[in-house]
Amino acid sequence: MSEAVVYWLQQTLNALQLGSIYALIALGYTMVYGILTMINFAHGDVFMIGAFFCFLLSSTLGLTFAPTLLLAMLGTALLGVVIERLAYKPLRQAPRVSAIITALGVGLFLENFTLALSPYPKHIPTLLENVTWNLHGISLSSIQVVIISLSLGLMLLLDYIVHRTPIGMAMRAISWDKTYVPLMGIPVDLIITVTFAIGAGLAGAAGTMYALAYPVIDPYMGITVGWKAFICAVVGGIGNIRGAMVGAFILGGVEIMVVAFFPSTYRDFVAFTLLMLLIIIRPYGILGKPRIQKV
Amino acid sequence: MIDLLRKQWNLLLEKRWLVPALLATGFGLAFVIPEYHLLSVYVQLILMYVGINIILAVSLNLVNGYMGEFSLAHAGFMAVGAYTAVLLTMKVLPVTDFPLLFPCAVLAGGLAAALLGMIVAIPSFKVRGDYLAIITLAFLMIVKSMIENIDFIGGPRGIPGIMKLTTLPWVFFWTVTLVWMIRNFIYSKYGRGVLSIREDEIASDLMSVNTQQVKLFAFMLSSFCAGIAGALFAHLLQFISPRIFDITKSTDILIMVYLGGIASIGGSILGATLFTVLLELLRPSTMAALLSWLPSFVFDPLNEHFISHLGVWRMVIMPLALILVMLYWPRGIMGLREFRGFIPRRDREAHHYINPQGEEPHGAIDRH
Repeated sequence: MSEAVVYWLQQTLNALQLGSIYALIALGYTMVYGILTMINFAHGDVFMIGAFFCFLLSSTLGLTFAPTLLLAMLGTALLGVVIERLAYKPLRQAPRVSAIITALGVGLFLENFTLALSPYPKHIPTLLENVTWNLHGISLSSIQVVIISLSLGLMLLLDYIVHRTPIGMAMRAISWDKTYVPLMGIPVDLIITVTFAIGAGLAGAAGTMYALAYPVIDPYMGITVGWKAFICAVVGGIGNIRGAMVGAFILGGVEIMVVAFFPSTYRDFVAFTLLMLLIIIRPYGILGKPRIQKV
Repeated sequence: MIDLLRKQWNLLLEKRWLVPALLATGFGLAFVIPEYHLLSVYVQLILMYVGINIILAVSLNLVNGYMGEFSLAHAGFMAVGAYTAVLLTMKVLPVTDFPLLFPCAVLAGGLAAALLGMIVAIPSFKVRGDYLAIITLAFLMIVKSMIENIDFIGGPRGIPGIMKLTTLPWVFFWTVTLVWMIRNFIYSKYGRGVLSIREDEIASDLMSVNTQQVKLFAFMLSSFCAGIAGALFAHLLQFISPRIFDITKSTDILIMVYLGGIASIGGSILGATLFTVLLELLRPSTMAALLSWLPSFVFDPLNEHFISHLGVWRMVIMPLALILVMLYWPRGIMGLREFRGFIPRRDREAHHYINPQGEEPHGAIDRH
């Protein structure tokens, strides 16, 4: 293979890795938005807590990769449910902005609470033996394979749950209409709780994988990654699950390509300018449908 | 007795000389306090931060509360104002010889921010709600990233060693002027336009409100104020870097606005003051100084087990307090109400028509 092709394939691989982490977080934003039309700004910090669960489980308890991932997902899912019950449920009838500000408050609380308990950045021990294969000049590490395949698997599973199971049907029904769905005997509160649990669990998985790829974690790591994942969800069309995945891979791709061709400090500049233009041209996202306003 | 007092109080509030008298007293105090060291330097510093935060909260409330959009770009406008003013005072204007050039630099910072406010206002003609929120967020990130990439202004390292030019009288002057400007704007013809956009943009367009012009004005006024606040902030902190003006700064201002209550100038003033003062009160040194009058058998264990840990935990207590306020007063402390003093005389009786109480404001962010 020529050098250019190798280079492009290598960058595509990197973009896939970054994009799949963004996608797992963006899914949580978009699912909650689809059901409650609420932007859960604490979601990026749930991702951070997932990384810290990974640290606790792997270094303090000395668990291996699979149980660490499962327990971290379970832990963040529980956290998501607790947050929903304590902070968001009482505000369901309140103005939408109150819930958004509460979510910002929950996020700040999670960050600073973690900071108070662990003031220094933490190093994640090696969970997976990092083998690097060389395929015709493309280097492929085992961590990349695990991250990409696991997140693709989780996304397929989620897509199956949302589009093929009764619980997914209930989710879609609630996002369609909130007045009549409870009259059909659908337990709205339970479905909302399940949605938060799934979203937070995916963020926990993303946190664990992020910690695998970039093993130094700190309490503020969720801010930037969380906001970027939120942007992915909006670019894809917020509320649309497949859109969130598309948006995440687009942002991941743009970020990697910018670093490949410009000085790395221009990454945010170019990425966000492109996103701003995209939203101005297509304000409802790539896969979203324009909401028709009736007068 | 209480009735009589209340009556007297209401009569006092109606007096025409009241506001000028209060302003004159405030301005006098702002000059006298630093001159004769009536308050410690630390308290003066907090007073100045309170003033700057009031400007920020009231101007953000114009867009987020009165117009019903959700802007996250306020820290970006602050950064533009701060960098413009600092470059002027450090490189261009001979401020040391002519101290009166400082307000010119501050004004220039505000104007630069207003110009950029236009860039955010233009997409808002077409895009609304959550998508406009993303545009403002992207704008903030772009501004921050751009500053990081210009080596001439320090890049990511920022600019240290700025002259300390912000003084209590200047903060008082700018706070009063800008709050007065925003209040007059809100109760002007354009202000009615802003409110009508929040309630229903299409309907207000049909009622021949020039929505594009109104949005442009509102965004530019709001960012102008943020720029001025940023310029004052830079000359108070004496150090700026792009990291200071990131999304956390925007979140702080949002919290002040929603803590105080949307669509209420009084609420924003209250929110900004409470937020700033509470954060300072929770500092271990301040708390220890405040409680030092307690007998030592109470104070010492309290200090050992509680106060000395506050440095870390105050940032945990603040968001918890915010969540509790939101759970019990979802509309913030003032929640669409307003102090009578901020409402123009001609509107006082009719004010409940402008801000219907107990009814939702139908901002884009509130639409399902």
